[in-house]
Amino acid sequence: MSLRSPLGRVRGLGSAKEGVGHWWAQRLTALSLVPLTLWFCASVAGLAGADYASFRAWVGAPVNAGLLILLIVAVFYHAMLGVQVVAEDYIHGEGRKLAVLLITKALAIVLGLAALLSVLTILFRG
Amino acid sequence: MTTQNRPLSPHLQVYRLPLLALLSIGHRLTGLALTFGTFLLVWWLVAAATGPEAYATAQAAISSVIGRLLLFGWTLALFYHLCNGIRHLFWDIGYGYELKAAYASGWAVLAAAVALTLLAWVWGYAALAGGAT
Repeated sequence: MSLRSPLGRVRGLGSAKEGVGHWWAQRLTALSLVPLTLWFCASVAGLAGADYASFRAWVGAPVNAGLLILLIVAVFYHAMLGVQVVAEDYIHGEGRKLAVLLITKALAIVLGLAALLSVLTILFRG
Repeated sequence: MTTQNRPLSPHLQVYRLPLLALLSIGHRLTGLALTFGTFLLVWWLVAAATGPEAYATAQAAISSVIGRLLLFGWTLALFYHLCNGIRHLFWDIGYGYELKAAYASGWAVLAAAVALTLLAWVWGYAALAGGAT
């Protein structure tokens, strides 16, 4: 008989990992992306053919910049979690899986940062 | 020894996938396609932050025939993933599991995705025609 508690025995084994956190993050980003995506699509459709000055004026309006920042963070977090699930399901070699997961995370961070810095540049430089 | 009447697993090359299976794999495929589509979004924003020449290059690429085709496909994928994602969220809180409900919501997702895509493009071309000033 072990003196360890049931929680102590399962911690770090099997399903006692971070699956619930991943699941929740994917659902909460999905939920926040519903209004953000609809706002973004309506805005971009209205901006069709916009010239440089009017596009920068739109991005540089504080409310638009704020919503864009929320959208960018939610999109790249959601995409990263989604690609991770697909990679874990279909890539079977541990080395290749790890490589794809690391590249996915790195790309999500770099692309998200590039988009965020662009919005901030336009917001603060006008 | 008879080999007839053995249960067969669905062989993907001869088995016609039911609508619900197609919608399910479609959610993943559109998710992956949208992830690649983020390159376009980032390019557009970076170009606008860089300067007028970079923005003109990006705008020309997006409004070319290939650019518009890609953007149309991306819009359809986005609205499909959005509508089907809402369907998944309802499943997550326990609604709509019956086969009939799942088929009905599936068809509704397809119809809504097409309708929203067309609406967005009509809206875009109206803005293009009206806002050229």
